[in-house]
Amino acid sequence: MLRVSDLSISIGSPDNYIDIVSSVSFEIGRGEILGLVGESGCGKSMTSLAVMGLLAKGGPWVRTGRAELSGFDVIHAEPYERVEAGHGGIAMIFQEPMSSLNPVMTIGEQIEEAINVHQRVTGSRQNLTARDYLEMVRIADAAMQINAYPHQLSGGMRQRVMIAIALACQPQVLIADEPTTALDVTVQAQILSLLRELCDTLGLSILFITHDLGVVAQLVDRVAVMYAGRVVETAAVDRVFDAAAHPYTAALMSCLPDPAHRVRRLVTIPGQAAKPGQITKGCAFAPRCAYAVDICREDPLPYAMLADNHRALCLFPRGVVR
Amino acid sequence: MGSYALHRTGAAIATLAAASVIIFFFIHLIPGDPIHVLLGDTATPDQVDALRAKLGLDQPIILQYFRWLANVARGDFGTSIFFQMPVLKVIGDGAETSILLATITMIWITIIGVPVGVIAAMRHGSWLDQGLSGVAMLFASIPTFWVGLYLILIFAAWLGWLPSSGYPSIFEQGGLANLRYLLLPSLALAAPNAALILRLTRASMLDVAREDYIRTARAKGIRPMRVILRHILRNALLAVVSAFGFTFAALISEAVVTETVFALPGIGQLVVQSILRRDYPVIQGIILVTVVLYLAVNLLVDLSYRLLDPRVELQ
Ligand SMILES: Nc1ncnc2c1ncn2[C@@H]1O[C@H](COP(=O)(O)OP(=O)(O)OP(=O)(O)O)[C@@H](O)[C@H]1O
Ligand SMILES: [Mg+2]
Repeated sequence: MLRVSDLSISIGSPDNYIDIVSSVSFEIGRGEILGLVGESGCGKSMTSLAVMGLLAKGGPWVRTGRAELSGFDVIHAEPYERVEAGHGGIAMIFQEPMSSLNPVMTIGEQIEEAINVHQRVTGSRQNLTARDYLEMVRIADAAMQINAYPHQLSGGMRQRVMIAIALACQPQVLIADEPTTALDVTVQAQILSLLRELCDTLGLSILFITHDLGVVAQLVDRVAVMYAGRVVETAAVDRVFDAAAHPYTAALMSCLPDPAHRVRRLVTIPGQAAKPGQITKGCAFAPRCAYAVDICREDPLPYAMLADNHRALCLFPRGVVR
Repeated sequence: MGSYALHRTGAAIATLAAASVIIFFFIHLIPGDPIHVLLGDTATPDQVDALRAKLGLDQPIILQYFRWLANVARGDFGTSIFFQMPVLKVIGDGAETSILLATITMIWITIIGVPVGVIAAMRHGSWLDQGLSGVAMLFASIPTFWVGLYLILIFAAWLGWLPSSGYPSIFEQGGLANLRYLLLPSLALAAPNAALILRLTRASMLDVAREDYIRTARAKGIRPMRVILRHILRNALLAVVSAFGFTFAALISEAVVTETVFALPGIGQLVVQSILRRDYPVIQGIILVTVVLYLAVNLLVDLSYRLLDPRVELQ
């Protein structure tokens, strides 16, 4: 469905750049939820904004890579260019539902705007109205709420409206960048179950960005773990929790008290996360890694291919060597 | 809505009452008096006393104030000491020029300031933006009379396209074509204010462009032009609209200078001359009318702000 390959995002000039995301690859199948996890600043938002075509001019830019949506590369297109070329299929929701809706337009208008663009382009006559989309995201009395302004709604409601807007874009893939971080726990659970439901009923694929391992355990099918701008491990969610191959993933998981209570907790790994451009040779995690040896600090690393779709960016994946 | 209107009216009346006190007492603090202006230096003390009694200027000032207030409340602004005509008639004669001048100036400010500000913001960082911002900075900092003099020099003296001074009423010979007399004055008056509105529009557009909801709008796949007009501009205008209230206040004071430079028979000229003549009733009348106008414009700004921004509820 969505296949991102070798994506590098850089700051600086083309001759003198620093990668803040380097050579990231992952793919999401139909109806699948891929969790993109990692510490703050590791490049999760940059990756998703690049795939959406939302990187602002004058800021970080896409240096290499592709993002194929049903076979077409959309990485260098802004959303409107992508949509008008007929590849509308990606939509995005954001971390801050409070500030992500236009304060002077009713939520109905904001949903209709998306409906109009995408129906005009695809020529499809689904004839779904803003009200249908509000009902799809389980907003009670949709007929009334349609004329409400964002400030009249709670955070959870606004995130539902954001999802409704995203759905009105008729996406195959939904990118959700920490959509529940700003919400309280009960509302968070409702939004998560709504996303799971949409995934199952509409066959929607979701790239779910979070640093909340509890949410990962609850919601996602597969996980891509990022560290310092790289994807260091990709695996099915169970394997990540039970058979993590990369020492960084393992360290993340060991910070959880007990697999049965996969609740949020402060991650404490000795040392500090590598900053962009700080480590140019070898493994970015080597300085903090308990198992690192000299060759870890040398040349570019190969991915170790482990069982069933399980890859780790490590010379000595755990469980294999030990 | 009803209680909001009531609240605003109450506030307006309080402001007016305060303004009337300040106006009245400050004007009587100005040294000199109208009697000497009217009678000249050769008047005998008897003549002076007689006229002073006739005009009621011999009364205690507090009494004069309340008498004036009572008359104003009945719509009687008194009689001009100098013209010996009702104050409202004297003001009315200058009002046409001033109202037309203000209106045309506001139109210039809007149609120059806002669109050019939008263009500068759209091209921000480019040479065009830097050029426009530079010109705006220049116009915002040079005085109106200076702009006026240069406009006269170029368009009246050198090119001879437009008249340099005076304004015959549009109800007289020439009709609406007489509006050309107001072209240069309105441009001079608009220049610094349009420059401010331009800079404000530009800054506010750039601020709004960084908001999260603009990213949402772009993510939907709508075209950049529509993002700019429907999402960015709509929100940026909120800041600009509230600035129009201040702009109007600036216009009132700058109009005095402009009317003098272009020898326009407006309220601005009238107020200056009335101060020289110590024509108290006229000065008081003009200032009171100006305060009312100012309050009305601010009410209008406030109402349109409330129309534009659903977060501000009428209460
Ligand atoms: N405009 C910019 N110029 C330079 N560096 C930037 C810029 N924007 C982001 N970065 C850097 O890019 C890196 C990745 O940022 P990103 O926002 O993608 O992190 P994240 O994984 O989403 O973190 P979080 O969990 O806090 O949201 C960070 O180290 C940040 O410092
Ligand atoms: Mg982020």
